[in-house]
Amino acid sequence: MAWVNAIIQGLLIGGLYALFACGLSLLFGVMKVVNLAHGDLATVAGYIGVGIIAVTHVPVLWSIPIVVVLMAVLGYVLQRSLIQAAISRGELTTLIVTFGLSIIIENGLQQFFTANSRGLGVGDSFITSSFSIGSQITIAWFNLGIFVLAVVVLLGLQQFMSASKYGRLIRAVADDREAAQLSGADYRHVFGVAAAIAFGTVAIAGICDGMVTTLNPTIGTDTILLFAFASVVIGGLGSLWGTLIGGVVLGLAQAIGAQINPSWEQLAGYAIFLLVLVVRPQGLTSRGAQA
Amino acid sequence: MWSGIGALVVVVALFLFPYYVGPGTTGIMVQGLIVLTLASMWNLLAGYAGLVSVGQQGFLGLGAYFVLIPAMHGVTPWAGLVIATVGAAVCALPLWWLVARLRLGYFAIATWVLATVIMLVIEQISSIGGGTGEPLPGLTGMDPAVLTAYTYWAALIVAVLAIGGVYLLLRSKIGLVLTAIRDDERAARSSGVRVGLARMGVFIAAAAGCGAAGGVLAIEQLQVVPGTSGGVFSVQWTAEMAFAVIIGGIGTIEGPILGTIVYMVLQQTLQSYNAWYLIVLGIVAIVIAIFARRGLWGTLDERFNIRLFPVGYHLWSPGETRRRQRRPEAQAVQ
Repeated sequence: MAWVNAIIQGLLIGGLYALFACGLSLLFGVMKVVNLAHGDLATVAGYIGVGIIAVTHVPVLWSIPIVVVLMAVLGYVLQRSLIQAAISRGELTTLIVTFGLSIIIENGLQQFFTANSRGLGVGDSFITSSFSIGSQITIAWFNLGIFVLAVVVLLGLQQFMSASKYGRLIRAVADDREAAQLSGADYRHVFGVAAAIAFGTVAIAGICDGMVTTLNPTIGTDTILLFAFASVVIGGLGSLWGTLIGGVVLGLAQAIGAQINPSWEQLAGYAIFLLVLVVRPQGLTSRGAQA
Repeated sequence: MWSGIGALVVVVALFLFPYYVGPGTTGIMVQGLIVLTLASMWNLLAGYAGLVSVGQQGFLGLGAYFVLIPAMHGVTPWAGLVIATVGAAVCALPLWWLVARLRLGYFAIATWVLATVIMLVIEQISSIGGGTGEPLPGLTGMDPAVLTAYTYWAALIVAVLAIGGVYLLLRSKIGLVLTAIRDDERAARSSGVRVGLARMGVFIAAAAGCGAAGGVLAIEQLQVVPGTSGGVFSVQWTAEMAFAVIIGGIGTIEGPILGTIVYMVLQQTLQSYNAWYLIVLGIVAIVIAIFARRGLWGTLDERFNIRLFPVGYHLWSPGETRRRQRRPEAQAVQ
């Protein structure tokens, strides 16, 4: 029964990893930007959440929309200024600028908030309670809630990108910037909006991570960025469902690894990542040959 | 010819350094030489082969452990430096196979994951310190001042070999191949240039250099500590080498030298403010990456046309003066 519990835990934590991954996947899909500061931005969102709760005493769940809006604005501004400037100078510059941001944020957080970890004190009874199936399988409502949230976010994003008018515009700009511009689309604004959406999902990911575990300045690169990247590669590029599957596979691998030996949790996840990289570089769901 | 003599004079002067200054200054110089070696390797990767690695700390850590493990069995750490260089290069071969087909951003994060995997595997082995690290045996009982001087000479030899190696590599046929790839990868490929092989060579050479630097680091710190914050596997090592290269000028041999000097000045000025030097370094690197893509050396070179390490070839039309026309910006750095 310990195994069944572990597998359910892994499955549910996979939803969190998919949340980590969708912002990274979106920025790459639309702007071809691999954002090395992705994880650190999620950490910043978590710290903003901590700050808002400390100052205004709103419940944790209420802080999510506030942080999402703040991060979306930050995403738009950052895209229109720094990232756009970097994109127009080539891919090396883009990598250097996002890597620079990552290092600046991580060390900045360390300076202002020290290396101590802090949690998003939840306190809600919803968070701590759980329900049981049979006598031995227990599922925390909170973990299930995050999984559902991840599915809702991914579903909404998929629907937005494929069915809405603005989603079509984003895809058009992503496919052919010049042609879209000739038809009257301002690609810089569209990129800004795409970045705002991506940063919104990053904000949700950061706060959820702060609720599931604790925040400290280094989790952005140590876990969030690398787990997000592993999920994207395992699931395959360009499909949000692939991202969910990638996150779940990563979560399952970690849970099974941890069940065999508690210190193998991360290694087991990366082992699956490397295996996919070698055996099926296009990812589990993608049909294209592009790695 | 003159630049060769100049380089010799500089190396001899640096070699005599420990006789004139105290061990404190020599110790700082060791740190600078480690960063210089690392920066030269990162420049080779990103500036000449287009391989933007964010996982070089993995090879740095491997090098440190390749000094530590033989030392625990009685091998002197100085000989361990050779083992570190070769060992890191040997480890790079299978790792290259994993990331060979990835490009740019994907390559960057994948190398980062590899560095993390190397760390996680090493942390599983408790006989070499597991997750907490291990002091380096074999050097206890030496006079600290003498040890610092020896460490300095080891670091200097490693740095000179690294820069000299990059210089010779770029003047060899591989350098020509790399230039062809940088200018137009598809054209090079279709002319029969073995692009993958050249990139693999650079990846392995850079791993060897970073491994040697890691070995020097183990000797300098007299211990090897894993871990991502403050340990040998910290991504801050790659940040330091990458930022030094970008600031000094990517794609030139002189750039990393100049960048390392800027790095050391910043680090020494701001050392009482914890990690602020890295924040400032990051900001400077971003500003230079956007507004002066060829870095400090590239800007100097554009203005005065100087080369200490000539690795390029120039075409002069008959009657043209030696003063080179300014290159259009688009061609400057790929």
